[in-house]
Amino acid sequence: LAHGSGGKAMQDLIDDIFVDTFDNPILSQLEDQASFNIASLMEHGDKLALTTDSYVVDPLFFPGSDIGELAINGTVNDLAVSGAKPLYLTCSVILEEGFSVETLRRVATSMKSAAKKAGVQIVTGDTKVVHRGAADKLFINTTGIGIIRPDVCISANNIQPGDAVIINGELGNHGAAILIARGELALETDIESDCQPLHDLVKTILDICPEVRAMRDATRGGLATVVNEFALSSNVGIRLKEECIPVCEEVKGVCEILGLDPLYLANEGKLVVVVGSKNAETVLAAMHSHPFGKNARIIGEVISSPTGVVLLKTSFGSDRILDMLVGEQLPRIC
Amino acid sequence: MPIEEIRICGTVQGVGFRPTVYRLAKACELKGNICNDGEGVLIQASGSKTSIEKFIHRLYAECPPLAKIDRLKRTPYQGKFDYDDFVISDSITTKVKTEIAPDAATCPQCQKEVFDPLSRYYRYPFTNCTNCGPRLSIIRAIPYDRDNTSMAAFSMCPQCKQEYNDVTNRRFHAQPVACYTCGPQVWLERADGKPITAAMFSMVDDIDAVCSLLQKGEIVAIKGLSGFHIACDATNEAVVQKLRDRKRRVRKPFALMARDIKIIEKYCILNPKERELLESPAAPIVLLGIREWGLGNGNREISSQEKFPAIAKSVAPGQNTLGFMLPYTPLHHLILRRMERPIVLTSGNISDEPQCIDNNEAKTKLNKIADYFIFHNRDILNRVDDSVVRVVNDNSKGNTQSKRLLTLRRARGYAPAPLNLPPGFKKVAPILGMGGELKNTFCLLQNGRAVLSQYLGDLENAATFQAYQEALHLYLNLFEHHPKIIAIDKHPEYLSSKLGKELANANQIKLENIQHHHAHIAACMAENNIPLNTSPILGIALDGLGYGEDETIWGGEFLLVDYRQFTRLATFKPIAMIGGEKAIYQPWRNTYAHLISDFNWQELEQKYSNLEIINFLESKPLFLLNQLQQKQINSPLASSVGRLFDAVAAAIGICPEECSYEGQAAIEMEALINNKNLENCEKNQTYPFQIKNLDKIYYMDPHPMWKALLNDLQFHVGQQIIATKFHLSLANAITRIVDLLRQKYPIDRVALTGGVFQNKTLLQQTTRYLSSLGIKILTHSLIPPNDSNLSLGQIVIAAARNVKEKS
Ligand SMILES: [Fe+3]
Ligand SMILES: [Mg+2]
Ligand SMILES: [Zn+2]
Ligand SMILES: [Zn+2]
Repeated sequence: LAHGSGGKAMQDLIDDIFVDTFDNPILSQLEDQASFNIASLMEHGDKLALTTDSYVVDPLFFPGSDIGELAINGTVNDLAVSGAKPLYLTCSVILEEGFSVETLRRVATSMKSAAKKAGVQIVTGDTKVVHRGAADKLFINTTGIGIIRPDVCISANNIQPGDAVIINGELGNHGAAILIARGELALETDIESDCQPLHDLVKTILDICPEVRAMRDATRGGLATVVNEFALSSNVGIRLKEECIPVCEEVKGVCEILGLDPLYLANEGKLVVVVGSKNAETVLAAMHSHPFGKNARIIGEVISSPTGVVLLKTSFGSDRILDMLVGEQLPRIC
Repeated sequence: MPIEEIRICGTVQGVGFRPTVYRLAKACELKGNICNDGEGVLIQASGSKTSIEKFIHRLYAECPPLAKIDRLKRTPYQGKFDYDDFVISDSITTKVKTEIAPDAATCPQCQKEVFDPLSRYYRYPFTNCTNCGPRLSIIRAIPYDRDNTSMAAFSMCPQCKQEYNDVTNRRFHAQPVACYTCGPQVWLERADGKPITAAMFSMVDDIDAVCSLLQKGEIVAIKGLSGFHIACDATNEAVVQKLRDRKRRVRKPFALMARDIKIIEKYCILNPKERELLESPAAPIVLLGIREWGLGNGNREISSQEKFPAIAKSVAPGQNTLGFMLPYTPLHHLILRRMERPIVLTSGNISDEPQCIDNNEAKTKLNKIADYFIFHNRDILNRVDDSVVRVVNDNSKGNTQSKRLLTLRRARGYAPAPLNLPPGFKKVAPILGMGGELKNTFCLLQNGRAVLSQYLGDLENAATFQAYQEALHLYLNLFEHHPKIIAIDKHPEYLSSKLGKELANANQIKLENIQHHHAHIAACMAENNIPLNTSPILGIALDGLGYGEDETIWGGEFLLVDYRQFTRLATFKPIAMIGGEKAIYQPWRNTYAHLISDFNWQELEQKYSNLEIINFLESKPLFLLNQLQQKQINSPLASSVGRLFDAVAAAIGICPEECSYEGQAAIEMEALINNKNLENCEKNQTYPFQIKNLDKIYYMDPHPMWKALLNDLQFHVGQQIIATKFHLSLANAITRIVDLLRQKYPIDRVALTGGVFQNKTLLQQTTRYLSSLGIKILTHSLIPPNDSNLSLGQIVIAAARNVKEKS
């Protein structure tokens, strides 16, 4: 692709790749904006959820997923954890001059199938090609709209002492997969990104327990960062039990040798759910019934003090402070 | 008759100072009075010139054990004076800043009473007087009155009250005074909750029963002065091992307590300084050299006429020292009365947590570790660990007989005694230093003095971090400290730095970021009374890791410093910590990183294919580690001498796989050294380091050292010799670089600091070599060289940066 190929060439490109690939009635109108019927939106609820995220992952293709699927699922998940049914996505693409059309088509195809799985439509988009070096290969921004169910009130501020903290499966796979793919480490592993849409799992949870207190997907910064945000927002403490936190053996092994902590590694298909203790088992059972929640575990509890802090109960029986990191993982110990 | 006003500053309140003055004034036939006030004590005395002189002289000579006279100023008094006797007046109500004294070991008089069947204190485990007993551990608020201590729960019986009010009594105004009738009590419980029947022991009392239990091989949790301990017979291998298993403490040495010095001497060689420390009111754990047969293979026949059992091997695996302390409360004295053998007395905690101080807490946390508990009902309000010290040769004075205290952990018995700061720090606003992350302390600067908290531990542990905040809160109240500046370490992830930032933000207090090694060096300067406006000093700060000025990790620094700033003149070659923090726990990672930094690994493998360490490393996923390092994934560069020690230790086979406690590799390597080897190796060639130039600063390249070391290994040179040679080589290399630097910079004084200088051999050798260059050496003594000193360094640097120029 050449820079500055505006007008007709760009139109052709969009037609060729995105419109054809995504193929839905709103997009194919090729207006400068998508328009929806409000009444039909309101059938789902009376609150609109809007979120946006940019995807700059390197490499573009990695074990288990690629940037296209990630761009869909990431935004779908951000909508889903608010209790929203994700409906429409926008897709804005920045390409580095010289990017292969073939690869772009692969990404678009991947986005299409991800969107289908997630039950969303890509309704408007934009493509820019920039000078070589002005961007790294391909950046994608997606913005999503969803409608929040009327029966839920999910917020990081709602958490109360005694609540249970639940995770839907093993942690760190995405971060480890990316690291291995990017670092070209001579590491033969079967670790794949956990990239998956969570809207249906969220629906399963909310159908059985609409009074979920808080829910967030554990993406960048990993589980440790999400639970720290919870503890700060709700002014409570959270105690996780190390032995209950699921991490697959391979990820454990990689972390051991690389010296990384899986609790800080990124995930793309994991959500942390906080529910009142009386609902914990019900929610857990519901999650187990869903393919994306079959390894769900209760990993900790909310405590009244110390506030704003996450503790990790180690196998030695003492509590370690699991802090939010200011920067990268940097050795602290003297 | 002349009348004088005598002003005394120092530790003079709550330590029996006024009664002493009273007694001496009477003896010298002086008239007048004494009172406490905000600055210390104030005496007005009238008498003949000679009797006043005699009084002053005796006051210094007979100063009570816990008191310390810092300044004594005499001026002629002209005001109103109408005393026809000598009296103790009430404290002047202008804010009395009662000093909070450290806890002190039972004094000889109280000991005597405790074992005197005719004394009313006979076998009373809480006997104390103004010369001894609890202080910091039982205080809740100021002023230091009984009501503000955990003794408030006990009201004095008439007899105690009478002693308390009697000026001539040793217990005059001793706040924790108590006896059987009115004071706290002790009782024994079984960890399994079953009752204890008197018939189980035909012993004097519950305390005496503890001795029998220990002798029988039971593990007993003992509530002590300032925390719970866990005790067992130190000569019973099975029970010591059982304690290790239960505590999940693999190799870290246990502290020991023995009834008296005679028992200690069976196992360790003591010099007079060590004896003095053991018997001092602080009663710290003193690291003592093991007699060759003290830890022999249970081999008792050698040279000993008296029969005594060897210390269990698992008490201190891989060590050449034992950490001993003497009983420091009547409870300990009573427990050990019949005990001819040393006992293990380790802190009562689970893994990295602080010691338990509360009965219920101890019951829940320690009941899987101890079989029995001895409880008491005097609450411990402040947790204070046992202090740890060792004695080193003070080679800087050119006299090897001169001995010097080196504090490794400053806590019970030492904290919170304030340190007088050097000239220039008098008129500085109050400053709070938050300390580091490991071995944390915090420090308050106030009125030209530094109040350094007791050792608080590693903050990453949640309970320790909680304890840190509680102690901080307490000190701020006790010392009525309102900081105008908060000083923190530059490391963005230190919990102390984060908390300092929060406090500064919340209270709109100025924040000062202090570089880690600058703080180490400034602490050493402050301890050595270097004035604020000093000319630059060369500081050598060697440690594990500290956050560097350039956002990389430092740990082998030669900095030209004053209290305000520093210039980095030299360092050690930065080597990757492959796998980041993992390299701290797995010494082999450092060996590998060092070896591949300058060698071709394939060549090494071929040339040294029969070396154990090479084979060991080959079993690791080296290809992967190479890539981590090359692609700079979680492999920060560190100029750390701590890591160099790890690398060398692992290379010669000392815990290459994993350290089970901080510094284990370096500590066990040092333990291999003995005097004979030292002397022998000094004559022979040591390992060379190369001094190179990098970006205008020098750095020490260990490459040639590694070459020589690998050759030694190849020639089957023993572990001990290599360890010795390495220490000597390092001291040598440090000296050479200093010699080089002083040709460019005016260097006449060198400060040695950082955790690496806990190493006695390195400290002594470096001091000796440097002194021979005619350089004055500043080392630590009362303040540990490790990260416990950061908070002190932080406050003096922050002070210097904020004081009005050259006042
Ligand atoms: Fe340090
Ligand atoms: Mg997002
Ligand atoms: Zn006494
Ligand atoms: Zn009494």
